[in-house]
Amino acid sequence: MKSRRDFIKISAAGTGVAALGLTSLNWKGATTLLGANENDPVSDEELKLYPTYCEVCFWKCAGWAYVDKNGSIRKVIGNKEDPHCNGRLCPRGTGGIGMYNDEDRLKTPLIRETVNGEEVFRKASWDEALDLIAEKMDKLRKEHGPECLALFSHGTGGAMMGHLVKAYGSPNITAPSFAQCRGPREVAFAATYGEEVMSPERTDIRDTRCLVLIGSHIGENMHNGQIQEMSDAIDQGATIITVDPRFSTAASHSKYWLPIKPATDIALLQAWMHVIINEELYDKAYVEKYAFGFDELKADVQNKTPEWAYGITTIEPEIIRKTAREMAAASPAVIVHPGRHVTWYGDDTQRSRAIAILNALLGSWGRRGGFYFPDKVHLPKYPSPPYPKPKRSWRDAYPEGKYKLVSEVLSTGICDATIPNPNLSCHLRGWIVYGTNLMAALPDQEKTLEAIRNLDFLVVVDTMPMDITGYADVVLPECTYLERYDILRTSPHREPYLALRMPAAPPKYDSKPNWWIAKQLGERLGLGDYFKWDTIEDMLDWQLKQVDSSLEEMQKIGVKKYKREYEDLYLLENLIDYEFNTNTGKIELYSTELELEGFDPIPQYTQHPEPPSGYYRLNYGRAPMHTFSRTSNNPNLFDLMDENSVWVNPKVAALWELKKDEYVWLKNQDGVVTDFPIKVRVTERIRWDSVYMVHGFGHNNKKLTRAYGRGASDSKLITKVMEDPIMGGTGMRGNFVTFLKEDPNREEIES
Amino acid sequence: MRYAMAVDTKKCVGCSDCVVACQTENNVPNGYCRDWIVEVVAGSYPNVEIELRSERCNHCDNSPCVRCCPTGASHIVEGGVVLVTHNECIGCGACIQSCPYDARYSHPEGYVDKCTFCHHRLEKGQQPACVEVCPTNCLYFGDLDDPNSDVSKALRNRKWKVLAPEAGTKPQIYFLT
Repeated sequence: MKSRRDFIKISAAGTGVAALGLTSLNWKGATTLLGANENDPVSDEELKLYPTYCEVCFWKCAGWAYVDKNGSIRKVIGNKEDPHCNGRLCPRGTGGIGMYNDEDRLKTPLIRETVNGEEVFRKASWDEALDLIAEKMDKLRKEHGPECLALFSHGTGGAMMGHLVKAYGSPNITAPSFAQCRGPREVAFAATYGEEVMSPERTDIRDTRCLVLIGSHIGENMHNGQIQEMSDAIDQGATIITVDPRFSTAASHSKYWLPIKPATDIALLQAWMHVIINEELYDKAYVEKYAFGFDELKADVQNKTPEWAYGITTIEPEIIRKTAREMAAASPAVIVHPGRHVTWYGDDTQRSRAIAILNALLGSWGRRGGFYFPDKVHLPKYPSPPYPKPKRSWRDAYPEGKYKLVSEVLSTGICDATIPNPNLSCHLRGWIVYGTNLMAALPDQEKTLEAIRNLDFLVVVDTMPMDITGYADVVLPECTYLERYDILRTSPHREPYLALRMPAAPPKYDSKPNWWIAKQLGERLGLGDYFKWDTIEDMLDWQLKQVDSSLEEMQKIGVKKYKREYEDLYLLENLIDYEFNTNTGKIELYSTELELEGFDPIPQYTQHPEPPSGYYRLNYGRAPMHTFSRTSNNPNLFDLMDENSVWVNPKVAALWELKKDEYVWLKNQDGVVTDFPIKVRVTERIRWDSVYMVHGFGHNNKKLTRAYGRGASDSKLITKVMEDPIMGGTGMRGNFVTFLKEDPNREEIES
Repeated sequence: MRYAMAVDTKKCVGCSDCVVACQTENNVPNGYCRDWIVEVVAGSYPNVEIELRSERCNHCDNSPCVRCCPTGASHIVEGGVVLVTHNECIGCGACIQSCPYDARYSHPEGYVDKCTFCHHRLEKGQQPACVEVCPTNCLYFGDLDDPNSDVSKALRNRKWKVLAPEAGTKPQIYFLT
């Protein structure tokens, strides 16, 4: 039965789990973090420290979990030696302890079954759940081939699950962080410089003299190292220029705020290029030495005057000139920031290209205060057989040659390859979803659901009963990052660093770490050779010994700094000879690669649809105390922000007679309405043609007892996707909403 | 010795890390807090300004909460830190009424609670938890009598203000503007 997958609200229905766990409400009605009689703070000397790195977001700051003599984790504090955080975690990292304490956590494996015609989850043992998954994976492999399996993952544990899926024989491993997030900038920077921006971003904000943010809301997105460095830059008097239709926190700390009309950024970037080229403010020696296609670019932007851009962006020509000159004055210590979540309007690779080109004109790539050349520790892999070579992939869902420039697997591509289609040679039938709530992470929920309805099986591994778990056949409860080892953190930075995560406490409930799950499944599938270590400690110790360390050493220090192996941090400071990894070996202002694939070699502004009368463009973003939709139920972070609100300009509020803190439902251009009402914030911080909300709220799984029904989901309203033809990014800012003041779900009976 | 704190409103992003760090350090029950964020928006689009402030007990030199406490539970210790001895507090709430900054709350266990400047950390030579954690490094703490302390240096070099100076409480949380 393929259409049986009704959403199960993980509950004690039928023979289901009576897994309500311990309530943390004490009789006085207050939820205490650590129970009564322990109210007095404990001196740090009485606490034992365990190294970890944070998993509340992708920045992965290293820290210490402080554990008291009863074995309770009291707090998590940053590791001073770690360049990701410099000893200062962000609110989510500090509140990461709530992920461990959350009483709504998944507690046992769950298996979907039908009781009296009703679909329910039944509590299962690990053996039973793993046997069932292995049986389904084995059947899939035999009947349809291993390429019919896909893995969606987010976060550190995805690597171990990915290892399993690769050993199994599938290339279909994806993360929403590409097509729903930073993909366009990586493709654009690779097309320009032959290298990606990477994560953490290689931006030298610490030493910059001018930071330009295009819709990037640093400070609301809490990318820790960046916010710390932006703060240093403020101390040092750097100029900040923020382009945003909303008066963001970063805008409030900026010398210039350009309140741009949404969807017109490329026109502004072209006008900036026009000024910088025509006033001869560009870094001539740098451009002459490294750039390809300057003459073509110069010719192309001749008519892109600030006056032209004014009509499009509503930014006054004098401001465009002034800000262009500010950037040039700071050159090369200037960063036009590539942003992170950049899938907005479907021409995002081209906008990111314009940003990359502007940086090249200013000579900032490879220079102090611009973009540095990062380095990382190259950790040998634990010996294991080579992966089998897949014969098919998700790409078979598309015509030959489409998405040639895509450097990662498209999550939306996995959905397309799962929905039956006579042309599909690789029809995906099984999904493993690790640590990502697809219902909130992917736009166009209907399409995701259609793909899910066509699956033979869906396995979800998570710590929390996120919305996606309700569609699973088997749910596996992972323990949180504070209760497990993981692979070593090797992310690139100014200097190479390693960071260790080890358990600070045993797993609560019947939860298990990802590496154990992967190994168990591997062994059941006859892939034991890929998991030859007994426990992950053996694997980590072996790896660490290859790089002159050991597990024992890392358990004491948490992070270890290594010497750079490669070139200088600021390699292009003195205009040395250097060959870029592009077709021409140069920085391609004019992209030969894009031209070859039939795309504009120089970015062009194109007009995007505007909201119809009575509708407002839906903009969305982040709050510093939450990560996507995954933290909304975290007791500590919920305490800081328990719902989102819809920001409305006072003029719009007056028109609709919306009052402060009134609850409304939002309806989009396709008639889709939010599941829950959202509070109105009437504020001068937003333009009159758009509204804004923080992403990640409006959960509809009742098992998230705190977050359920709090606020509204932007993802639900993002039904129109503006696809980036270059790399398949899902532009999500072309949706328009209007207000419903009365409950659209109310019952009305006519008689 | 005179402990004080300066908050740089030009750097604060209102992330609430100070709030959650205080809660975990001091076991503040969920739903309560000893420090908090204030966002003031002025002007109209597109001529807007925001001031973001991390606020807490002002550890006033002239503290009405200490004066009005009937049991002596509210008291001042060395360095001007205003504290509440929990087991001497009868929870009458007079201090809560008297505070112009709304810095005190009734703890569910029956006593009044507030910021202590992390007195237990000061005793060990550490900074308050909020100061140590702030990702923007916008909180400066130290001894005003020491010209080389972080807070003295910050106040020497910048314009600043205090909240509700008209209340005459001589507050010791300074906001750099």
